[in-house]
Amino acid sequence: MNEVLNVLLLLFLIVCAIGVAYIRDLLSAVILFSSFGLIMAIIWQQLSAPDVAMVEAALGTGVAALLMIAAISKTKRAE
Amino acid sequence: MPLSRRTERRGGGTAIEDQIVRITSRLVAPFIQVYGIYVILHGHLSPGGSFSGGAIFGASLVLVALSFNLETGAKQISHQLASGLESGGAFGFILTGLIAIAIGGNFLANRAAGFPMGQAGELFSAGAILIITVFVGIKVASTIVTLFYTIIEGEE
Repeated sequence: MNEVLNVLLLLFLIVCAIGVAYIRDLLSAVILFSSFGLIMAIIWQQLSAPDVAMVEAALGTGVAALLMIAAISKTKRAE
Repeated sequence: MPLSRRTERRGGGTAIEDQIVRITSRLVAPFIQVYGIYVILHGHLSPGGSFSGGAIFGASLVLVALSFNLETGAKQISHQLASGLESGGAFGFILTGLIAIAIGGNFLANRAAGFPMGQAGELFSAGAILIITVFVGIKVASTIVTLFYTIIEGEE
């Protein structure tokens, strides 16, 4: 059961990473990057590193996405 | 009519105005802040600590400032106050280390300098660790807010 969950998480991680590189809309890319961070946080938890998972969820998902949205609101949304 | 539209802000940049984002962030922000304070205060007992808790707390402040406008965010914490708190956190960290020297120990000494240890597992235990954790948490949270203000204000 646990292995199935891990494989599903890793597959979703790869899909998110490829999607970030290919998508044209910058705001959608930020949202995809944010979901990448969320999946990564769950994977850190599965690797029994709750400390790193907490930092990843706060910084990689929250603050990084917020700062990039702030940068988009200063510039253009389309690439 | 589209739900979200881009409007001109007074500073010249554009903001994304969205009713759903505003109400959600206003409802969620206090809970994020309480969770951040919890993570900071339990840094010596459970996973997490000053860095994670400070990042969570700072993210909630940035979330409110980004989903409303800069004036609402500055009502919570202004750029000057954030910069001052950032320096104050570092100053408090060094002060705790110097107090340990003054009491009679090495720099940042904990038990050797005579900080009260308390019962292991309780909230107010571990002496200077809790004080240092609170100061570093303040510094991390205000650093994130300062980063956001520096990006959004730009060079003017």
